[in-house]
Amino acid sequence: MSETTIPIPSGAVASERGTYLETIHSWIVTVDHKKLGIMYIVYALLFLVIAGVEALLMRIQLSAPNLHFLSPQTFNRMFTMHGTTMVFLVGMMILFGFGNYLIPLMIGARDMAFPRLNAFSFWLSAFAGMLLYFSFIGGSGLPGTGTAPDVGWFAYAPLTERAFSPGHTIDYWTVAILANGIGSIGTSINILATVFCMRCKGMTLMRLPLLAWIYATMSFLTLVAISPLTAAQAMLMMDRYLGAHFFDTQAGGSAILWAHFFWIFGHPEVYVLVLPAFGFANEIIPVFSRKAIFGYPAMVAASVGIAFISLSVWAHHMFTIGMTSYGNAFFTLSTMLVSVPTGIKIFNWLATLWGGRIRFQTPMLFAIGFLFQFLIAGLTGIMLSISAWDWQLHNTYFVVAHFHYVLVGAIIFMIFSALYYWYPKMTGRMLDERMGKWHFWLMVIGFHMTFDLMHIPGLLGMPRWIYTYGADRGWGTLNMLVSIGGGIQGIAILLFVINMVWSYFKGPHAGPDPWDAWTLEWSTASPPPVYNFAREPVVESRRPLWDLKHPEDPDSAFD
Amino acid sequence: MSSAAIQHGQGEQEWQPSKGVIGMTCLIIAESAIFTIFVVAYLFYIGRDTSGPTPKQVLEVPWFYSVCLLSSSLFIVLAEHAIEHGKMLAFRVWWLVTMALGAIFLYGTAAEWRKLIVEDHLTISTNLFGTTYYALVGLHASHVIAGLLMMLVTAVFALTGALKPAHAKRVKVLALYWHFVDAVWLVVFTVVYWIGR
Repeated sequence: MSETTIPIPSGAVASERGTYLETIHSWIVTVDHKKLGIMYIVYALLFLVIAGVEALLMRIQLSAPNLHFLSPQTFNRMFTMHGTTMVFLVGMMILFGFGNYLIPLMIGARDMAFPRLNAFSFWLSAFAGMLLYFSFIGGSGLPGTGTAPDVGWFAYAPLTERAFSPGHTIDYWTVAILANGIGSIGTSINILATVFCMRCKGMTLMRLPLLAWIYATMSFLTLVAISPLTAAQAMLMMDRYLGAHFFDTQAGGSAILWAHFFWIFGHPEVYVLVLPAFGFANEIIPVFSRKAIFGYPAMVAASVGIAFISLSVWAHHMFTIGMTSYGNAFFTLSTMLVSVPTGIKIFNWLATLWGGRIRFQTPMLFAIGFLFQFLIAGLTGIMLSISAWDWQLHNTYFVVAHFHYVLVGAIIFMIFSALYYWYPKMTGRMLDERMGKWHFWLMVIGFHMTFDLMHIPGLLGMPRWIYTYGADRGWGTLNMLVSIGGGIQGIAILLFVINMVWSYFKGPHAGPDPWDAWTLEWSTASPPPVYNFAREPVVESRRPLWDLKHPEDPDSAFD
Repeated sequence: MSSAAIQHGQGEQEWQPSKGVIGMTCLIIAESAIFTIFVVAYLFYIGRDTSGPTPKQVLEVPWFYSVCLLSSSLFIVLAEHAIEHGKMLAFRVWWLVTMALGAIFLYGTAAEWRKLIVEDHLTISTNLFGTTYYALVGLHASHVIAGLLMMLVTAVFALTGALKPAHAKRVKVLALYWHFVDAVWLVVFTVVYWIGR
């Protein structure tokens, strides 16, 4: 196999000269990893706005006692759709989008290992999003009589069985998750094959950019974590359509089995989402500290360690379901163990910052916000890992505040950081710095107002999933502040959307390497040509562009 | 559509694994996780039924069909060797033997299901045994069907002469999948016909 001919769609040319129809056609039929990556990201951002609106609707309803802004039924649908959308359609898709776009560029390849599988996975995942939201229109069976799934994002059995959830909303939910899961598995296979088989010359595993390492780890975790969910969804479908009894408690089935199956997926899923955020931090923090990453091998080991430990912690979501004291002790200890590799990572990032010439541009601001917030999220995580503490606070707003600290404070912040960092590469234009700073500070203020304060009603005993509460509980002021914080975050994100659209047309031209960075994606034009690299690059160290720019002091001399 | 030729250096194939093998290995990891969940469900529900029929009453150990499926792994190895050494006639023979053995196994599953449904009145909704049995065995059978379909396509190419010894690596990737299907049967067999009975 010395020569392979790969058809490359002439999309880039058509998008500049062709008609609108030709442009749309070139995007639909594309197998180019960059176009697919951008489609993933845009699709996810659309759903970020939709799920964000759902969150704001819930916050309006909860901002004062005894409001009737949303009905209890609508409230249930909102939190179900908010959770499902954010995890599967926003988190997974935006992270796969970045993976798709960046990995081939970073390892000096011309495309993913399986371009057609890549397109298939994207369209399947996109179709899943349509299916999920079609339940608003057709969820009750007849067009126009829709509702939406209302069982919570983890859809505990037997609530999902036919007896308790008639109609088709749960069917749309389960088919959507199944299709999305198959798409995720396809993309993960693709990422692993790309990282291990498509590296350019000299790119040994120990010279791989940390982002590529982390994506390989995350993809492996996806393979072993999403597949159980796919299996459980297949079982649920058999229950609903074929009359099987997997989770049908009336016929001896077990509701707890569903909880186990779901959380065997659900907890590693958190790490599937947060690992790429670590990957972005690993690329962005060194560039803006003007130093090479501290402790590269330790970072790789810690990432792989997190992936493996995360497979043995799932039942800490189930302390209140009831386990033996040995079970409680095991899952408490294994959960605490996760903090060891994550601690290593935080110290390595701090050591990278230490003594660096730090540039406080927008990507770096978000990365620093991520560092602080992720630390606090980890600390409340350790608190909740103690089963006795969890018994007290399970299903309260303390838990909601904790995991939003991870999902928003760490992951969404790092996604913003990555968007500011790689937007110039994807579009050829810089995002506006002034609007970026406004976005950052509004986001920080809104985030802390919402999620710091949200811990307190949790400690005071406010449970999640309640659509309203009595005035005598004393939760009113706090909830009002939490809701105002949510509004501020909404304004920040609106500003970001404006920035993205405005900068696409009016932003200053970026050039190939606006940040003076060191990885291979900055060695090609912005946006990169369809074939990525005119000549296949050869690397001799972890920072190939540093070697090019500083031939007198190359990294390769120390490699 | 324009095309660009991508040159691969000779040394490159040496230091990086083949993407087909890596891709199939990843698929096998994912599939193993799916099977694990179904196996766990099967083990979890063993003996929890309050009404029959029970596995002991209705299941017979499919020794013959299991031997057929497991031995097919042997024949596909022979086929792999044949195509690697350019012996296309031998390849066709071993390939068709593998397919025939797989088809016999599938017939065995079908016959067993027919007996269970018609004679023993066990369906997926009868009890927990029916639910987990049809799900697990059906999941495996669907993988056998997928494997047979892919092998059928390969067989058509082989018989029309489109398949060349140069494609040996791709055949090996497909063979990897077939080995996985066989290995899973060992687990399913142990769980359903040995532990479960």
